[in-house]
Amino acid sequence: MKEQFLAFVRKEWFHIWRDKKTLFILFGLPVVQIIIFGFALTNEIKNARIAVVDRSRDALSQQYIQRIEASRYFDIESMLGSANEADAEFRKGKIKLVVVIPENFGSDIRHQNKTQVQVIADVSDPNTGTTLGTYIQAITADFQSDINQGQKLPYTIQPEVRMLYNPQLKGAYNFVPGVMAMVLMLICTLMTSIAIVKEKETGTMEVLLVSPLKPVLVILAKSTPYLLLSAVNIVSILLLSVFVLGLPIAGNLALLIGLSLLFTITSLSFGMLISSITASQQTAMLISLMGLFLPTLMLSGFMFPIENMPLPLKVMSNLVPAKWYFFIVKAVMIKGVGMAIIWKETLILTVMTIVFLALSIRKYNIRLANH
Amino acid sequence: MKNPEKHYEYAITADALSKHFGDFTAVDRITFNVRRGEIFGFLGANGAGKTTAMRMLCGLSKPSSGEATVAGYDVAAQPEDIKRNIGYMSQKFSLYEDLTVTENIRFFAGIYGLSDAAIREKSASLLRHLQLEAEKNKLVQSLPLGWKQKLAFSIAIIHEPKIVFLDEPTGGVDPLTRREFWEMIYTSARQGTTIFVTTHYMDEAEYCHRVSIMVDGRIAALDTPAALKKHFGAASMNEVFLQLARQATRQAD
Amino acid sequence: MRSLRFLLEKEFRQIFRNPAILRMIFIMPVIQLIILPQVADYEIRNVKMDVIDHDHSMYSREMIRKITSSGCFELAGYHDSYTAALHDVEHDRTDLILEIPAGFERTLVRENEAPLFIAVNAINGMRANLGAAYLNSIIRDYNQEVRAEWIRFPRFDEQPRIEVQQRNWYNLHLNYKLFMVPGILVILLTMVGAFLAALNIVKEKEIGTIEQINVTPIRKHHFILGKLIPFWIMGLLVLSLGLLVARLIYGIVPVGNIGLIYLFAAIFLLAVLGLGLLISTISHTQQQAMLIAFFLMMIFILMGGLYTSIESMPRWAQVVTWFNPVTYFIDVVRMVVLKGSGLKDIAGHLGIIFIFAVVLNAWAVFSYRKRT
Repeated sequence: MKEQFLAFVRKEWFHIWRDKKTLFILFGLPVVQIIIFGFALTNEIKNARIAVVDRSRDALSQQYIQRIEASRYFDIESMLGSANEADAEFRKGKIKLVVVIPENFGSDIRHQNKTQVQVIADVSDPNTGTTLGTYIQAITADFQSDINQGQKLPYTIQPEVRMLYNPQLKGAYNFVPGVMAMVLMLICTLMTSIAIVKEKETGTMEVLLVSPLKPVLVILAKSTPYLLLSAVNIVSILLLSVFVLGLPIAGNLALLIGLSLLFTITSLSFGMLISSITASQQTAMLISLMGLFLPTLMLSGFMFPIENMPLPLKVMSNLVPAKWYFFIVKAVMIKGVGMAIIWKETLILTVMTIVFLALSIRKYNIRLANH
Repeated sequence: MKNPEKHYEYAITADALSKHFGDFTAVDRITFNVRRGEIFGFLGANGAGKTTAMRMLCGLSKPSSGEATVAGYDVAAQPEDIKRNIGYMSQKFSLYEDLTVTENIRFFAGIYGLSDAAIREKSASLLRHLQLEAEKNKLVQSLPLGWKQKLAFSIAIIHEPKIVFLDEPTGGVDPLTRREFWEMIYTSARQGTTIFVTTHYMDEAEYCHRVSIMVDGRIAALDTPAALKKHFGAASMNEVFLQLARQATRQAD
Repeated sequence: MRSLRFLLEKEFRQIFRNPAILRMIFIMPVIQLIILPQVADYEIRNVKMDVIDHDHSMYSREMIRKITSSGCFELAGYHDSYTAALHDVEHDRTDLILEIPAGFERTLVRENEAPLFIAVNAINGMRANLGAAYLNSIIRDYNQEVRAEWIRFPRFDEQPRIEVQQRNWYNLHLNYKLFMVPGILVILLTMVGAFLAALNIVKEKEIGTIEQINVTPIRKHHFILGKLIPFWIMGLLVLSLGLLVARLIYGIVPVGNIGLIYLFAAIFLLAVLGLGLLISTISHTQQQAMLIAFFLMMIFILMGGLYTSIESMPRWAQVVTWFNPVTYFIDVVRMVVLKGSGLKDIAGHLGIIFIFAVVLNAWAVFSYRKRT
């Protein structure tokens, strides 16, 4: 039985190995994506283009504008004559925010101790809109204390903030584990589901199923090469994360790789499940991609905080394997913790894998029984 | 779109026609002529280069060197003109399995530019001839292989091409259906269509007017079946074929 | 032109004969459009906080009360040691630790200044940063109250103050769904179009029917058009369905002219389908086509400006987004739906997407070879 199994794995391996184009994509895709997304994706908002209406045009307002310009959050795109032009500019999508400095800005501060700056934010994107508003407030507060020349106030609470794990607040710390989860999940599911359905489509599946090899082994043999490919991908992703993107591996490397393989197996078995319920490659692919892409992206917690979700979706997010893997990668890779913390997540992934496998094998056995 | 009638002597001519894939020479300087209205058998072991040669003649594959004409058009320079004048039925089953019988007929007739009236008339007579009237609204995938092949042949000649290329048309079909299939080929040839056919079955080779046998990308023999048998001192085409095939050095794929 | 009619007839028949695909095309986007926007909420609220209060004073208790009643923070745990609280961070049971040192109240009153320690899980840097900023501002407010209590009568003039008054346009209630729904719709539409088109021609290659097509005198551009048009129509149907969902479930009615969305979508779809067909013509198997499509889709979607803002990306990545058709459509849909932008406002984007459509389709026709 063992020889037959190995012979079968070898056959599958040749299928994959012959198709150099696919192989190239399989290895190249995760690498390119980790690099692109590791560098490009950040949920920080900077260099936002804004416009300024300066109705005062005095020395102080000039200083204030310079202060805004100097911050990395804003690029002043244009100076508008009046706030009435704001609407037209927003509609063109050129700017995100308009700062309106009132008349007599400087003299009001000097003589009345008080003035009011108006901010008009395009909150069609509420996240950007409100965050930019917060930034303007912070810059204004700084500016204000500069005018006050740092007079020390009595009874001051001095909060001292420490940023744990990611003191430079790099986007990659959050996005790399997320993209890892997405890429592994989608590629593994897609590849296995296609590989099996393809045999069904061409009719060779029947041949395999009547061979002395048990259906379970047929299916396992089909997915083994992809497990090997994924192992290579995991290693290359980790190497890039550390040496190119500067992420730490704070915890145990062997544990990280081991659990990544577990997640790969979860995804492979999910691919098998899809293949067992579909008849054509096209359907399998559409389910794997259309059906998994956005839910994995949005429910795994790496794009959107799970605590903000409505209850039914919070519950639903528990069904997304990537959510658990995302937690594991963050915990082992960045926080540097061990099994004591992540045993629950590991257990959940294991159970999911067993369920997927059991369901797909049952499906195949039913198929055989009906023949 | 009717193209002007072109005058030509031979339906197919090939002169030192070759095809290389990298270092591998699939077809090696083959030269032959096929007369109009002839049934020309194109034989050879698997991997001898038959399909590659046929694909070049149909304008599906670009020759590496040499010249060939089909219906008077140059294979290298005028593949689209050739396509208007030929029918083709490939080894891989070439109808749409998820369309019905009538839908397949309608589609192929349509893209060959037949008028609506002609399509109606053709479909009706075709279904009648094949006795497929009861199955006309069934999906092609539900038909037995033999019927599919006969339907595919009828569709390949629906636009009344001057030449029809058949690539192992009877593979996997039972003897009775093969017989019927050849009757269809004869009928078509009698009406003036040139038939260029590849086959594995040596009994089918006997039905051809002339036969060429390819070995290792070259034409090893070309004549009428009777002349070939006489020349090789063989009782059947099968023996002729075996004698020639033993010379082969190339591995079948 | 006549052969085009028959090609279209055939394509439509094949599409409608495959219920699995039809379900995928029409039901999946609708379900996802109903569910997923509910998730898209970046707002900083429900931030989990652990407190270590070594002081147990009136001030410390009052401050904690102020923080938890703000709505942004919820008390996740109460601990005696930093180690215990850090353990909560490791388990993701809390996002933030507030440690009040012993003698906090006394030091504040006697020495005019008292420290306070905050530790934030900063793996998600942006969220950590904003969370800390909110916490700081609540503490500042509380500080102001304490100060007011001790300084009944200002000893000197009040310091100059610059107030910032913010006005929110286009989305008064800061409704995230208003922002996400159009974007997600664009992504679903892109996926449907690109995946279906990418699989189509290569499927005929795998089955072998493409040979039969290639041996007919059919024109290359007719063949591509025959593939393009059915998916184009389906794409517009999916768009209509999506807009209907947006209206019925989220109450989103475009402020601008809905015709503009259709105009843009019509050209956008041509571009996306052209890309799909191009992938299809250069691939040998459906597997290859799907992988290439997946690779491009992932870049298009993650770099389309829906999830993270494009201005924040490094320069080279911004250049990459110029070649991402999805960016333009997301921009346009948002502009028209939320701000009521007109034809003049979107003309630039329209021109660019038109170029995409022409180039990609020409490329697809060019790379479709009837012979090898």
